[in-house]
Formats: sequence, structure tokens, C-alpha cells
Amino acid sequence: MKPKLAFYWCASCGGCEEAVVDLAEKVLDVVAAVDIVFWPVALDFKRTDVEAMPDGSIAAAFINGAIRTSEQEEMAKLLRRKARIVVAFGACAQTGGVPGLANLYDRESLLRAVYSESPSTLNPEGTRPAPHYATNGAALELPVFWDRVRALGQVIPVDYSIPGCPPTPKLLADAVAALLTGSLPERGAVLAPDKALCEECPRRESKPDKLAITRFRRPHETLIETDRCLLAQGLLCLGPATRAGCEARCIQGNMPCTGCFGATSRVRDFGAKALSSIASLTGSNDEAEIIRILENIPDPVGTFYRYSLPAAPLPGKRPNRAGK
Amino acid sequence: MPEATAPVGQNQTAAFEPKIVAFFCNWCTYLAADLAGTSRLRYAPNVRVVRVMCSGRVDPQFVLEAFAQGADGVLIGGCHPNDCHYQEGNYKALRRYHLLRRMLEQMGVEPERFRLEWISASEGERLRQVVNEMVEQVRALGPFRKSEQFEPAEEAVAR
Repeated sequence: MKPKLAFYWCASCGGCEEAVVDLAEKVLDVVAAVDIVFWPVALDFKRTDVEAMPDGSIAAAFINGAIRTSEQEEMAKLLRRKARIVVAFGACAQTGGVPGLANLYDRESLLRAVYSESPSTLNPEGTRPAPHYATNGAALELPVFWDRVRALGQVIPVDYSIPGCPPTPKLLADAVAALLTGSLPERGAVLAPDKALCEECPRRESKPDKLAITRFRRPHETLIETDRCLLAQGLLCLGPATRAGCEARCIQGNMPCTGCFGATSRVRDFGAKALSSIASLTGSNDEAEIIRILENIPDPVGTFYRYSLPAAPLPGKRPNRAGK
Repeated sequence: MPEATAPVGQNQTAAFEPKIVAFFCNWCTYLAADLAGTSRLRYAPNVRVVRVMCSGRVDPQFVLEAFAQGADGVLIGGCHPNDCHYQEGNYKALRRYHLLRRMLEQMGVEPERFRLEWISASEGERLRQVVNEMVEQVRALGPFRKSEQFEPAEEAVAR
């Protein structure tokens, strides 16, 4: 019997599903070798189908997305029971991802912004999503919206992670191949190369030995040369702090690395380390000048924790002392 | 005396003694602390000093980790500009400090809780001042509470 695979999505954008589809013709090899027993985005199996499966009957579940709602948490726990291996697939499942930046706000502020204050909202009755709602004698239920976004590993034990926003099809294909041949590394491993992106960057030859950035430029502020190190051009590229394995796709598209592959195994907290590596490149020793140069990085949390705030030592904004 | 400066409306602050994690460089600020000791200068006992070879060794991860593990404030002490034993470690500390300070503000950490000071080996008195001042400021702010990892707030569902 072929091993069974499941794919599931939690708080995510669908890009990770795209990575599966981007296997293109290779997907046929995968389908030939495994049975996909659950994949809501593509196949019509329901939660009850999964519930009916014996525990541990799925070889591996690839779960993408962060955990924001009660439903996502329940599904993650269900798949954990049914699957022998759970893979956190993509940055959101691994470290919280872009949805994790919502941890800079509490639930009330988020709901207020979306259901009351945003300019395009017309909601005079102040209707909010309600977990229980009765209409015409029918009881309807919606998942509960938790106060915080969590990474998958903060909700269930995770065996492996595949980084990326989204991961590359190659990493997925390699992971499935390793699964089928029984050559997966030790549990807990991140299934991607353990070195910095700069090491596999096609522009590494043009990276100066000593960088001294006197003006950080955002991509729209400059005409970006296509063959020179982006940091040398003053672009905030997180290549020095970010794990390799993405095939430098953004760089090849002439855009700086934003760090979606997260940290290497030598680093505990990606955001702090990325901040450290970029800040130390500031090309001045004068305090006022340093402050001025660094002002060109207007949003440090969004820049350095773009994909990993929920997994950080300080996983979000602290509650306001005065109020909530 | 803590009671005198404790802010009203916070239960534990009557007995609140701030915990300050201090990273002092081996060549200047740590020696200043030594000097303060041998000179019998009295200063607040709230600092836990971690000796590092250079202020440039203070990884921002250390700072976040200190807060995450219960520090109420973090103080970094290094050599004055131009005096770094390793020539430019203190400049790296300075650059990181300013970006990290802004990031901490975004996370709701009051600026008084995170401080970088240049204190040379001869400045025992200045060390005393800085520590005392910071302890009082942090005492006034109250304990650092990191944002809760997660509270399963089933009763707090949206209405």
C-alpha cells in the first residue's frame, strides 16, 4: 500500500498550496508514489473523513499557515493524531509568518479596525463574527478568533519544518523523496541547507569585504543594478542572516531578501540576529549620523520579524500598562 | 524606600525590586564596577552583571532573551568612543542599540528599560549614578510583563 499524505492550510494566503501545485509534472511522480488522503484546496475530503481514519495512519501531514482560530487548532491537533510525521510547511507554520505581525495588536483592535474603522466598512449595527448564531431555527457556528497568532509548533509537536514564503517546489519534492526512502534527518530538523543565503547568492562575488551603508534605500527609491550585491547598493537585503535554499529567487528577480527562510541552526531568534547584522553595517561612528541613517528603516519589527514574530522571545506587543 | 516611588494601582509594586541585567565590557565598564566596589561606593543591588569581552559582543538576542526571561531592564556598558579595546566593537554596539531601541519601542517596551552607556575603568562614580538612576526609573515603570504567549480566552469570544 502506498504511504498516505495529507496537506492542510491554516492562517495562510494559499501561496504554500501554490508551491505544491508548482511541482508541475513532478506532482505526477508524487501522486504515483503516495496516496493524498486530505487536501482541502484540491480534493473533496472532509474533516469527518480524517476523523474516521485510524490514528497514525497518515505517513506525513504537511500543514501550512499559522494558528489563529479554534478551527485551525482543532485541525492541527486532529492531524497530529492521525499522522506519524507532521511537517510545518512554510514560514507561517514554522514561525508565524506574515499573519504573525498581527501580534502587534490585540484581538479587539483588530476586530475594531476591520469591522468598524476601516474606510470601506459600512457596519452601522456593529456586527461582529459570532461563534454561535441562531437564525430561522438553525444554529450556526464560526471558529473562535484567538487573541494571538501562534506558529504550528506552539500548538502541536512538529517533526520537521520546511521554510519559505512559500517553500520552493524543490524542497517539497526533496522532503517527499526523503520520506519515501526513509532518509529523513533527525527529528526537529529544518529541511533546507544550513548556511546563509549570501553563500549561494549569484552576486556574492560583488559583496564587499567590508560594507558601510550610509543610506538604506527601499527598492522603489533607486534603480537597482542587476549584477551587484544589493547591500552594496544600500538595499536592505537580509541575505547575511537568512537560511539558504530558496535558490535566491528574489535576488534573481532583482529584489532584496526579506528573510522568509528564517535563521540557520546557529541562531535562536531570527529577528534580533537580522537586526544585528544589518545595523552593524551602518557606515558611521557618529551617534547622530547613525541615528539618521537608521531612520531609513522605518519599521524594524515589520522588517526583521516579517515572518517570525510569534516565535520570537518577545512574541508581540506588550499590553498597554494603562489599559488592557 | 521602594514604596515611596512605587506607582499606584499596581499590586505587587509595593515590594517590587527591579531586576536589571547588565552586560559590561571586560576592559572598561566591568572595571568601573570593580572600582566602585573597591572604593566602597554603594549602589542599588538590582543589577545582575554579565561580563562580556566587548560591548560589541552583546547580541540583540541576549537583550530580548533577558527580557523574555524576566529582566525588567537591560543595561549595556562599554568603552567610550575611540577607546574600544577592539577598536570598533563599541561602535557596533552603538549601531545595534539604536535600531534595537526603536524595535523595542514598537513592541511596547518603554525606552527607560534599555540603556547603553559608555563608562570607562576610572568612572566608578558614574557607574554608581547610572545604575541608581536606571533602577529608580525602572522601579517607577513597574515590572516588565512580556506579552502573554497565548491566553485561551474562550469566554472572551467576539460578540
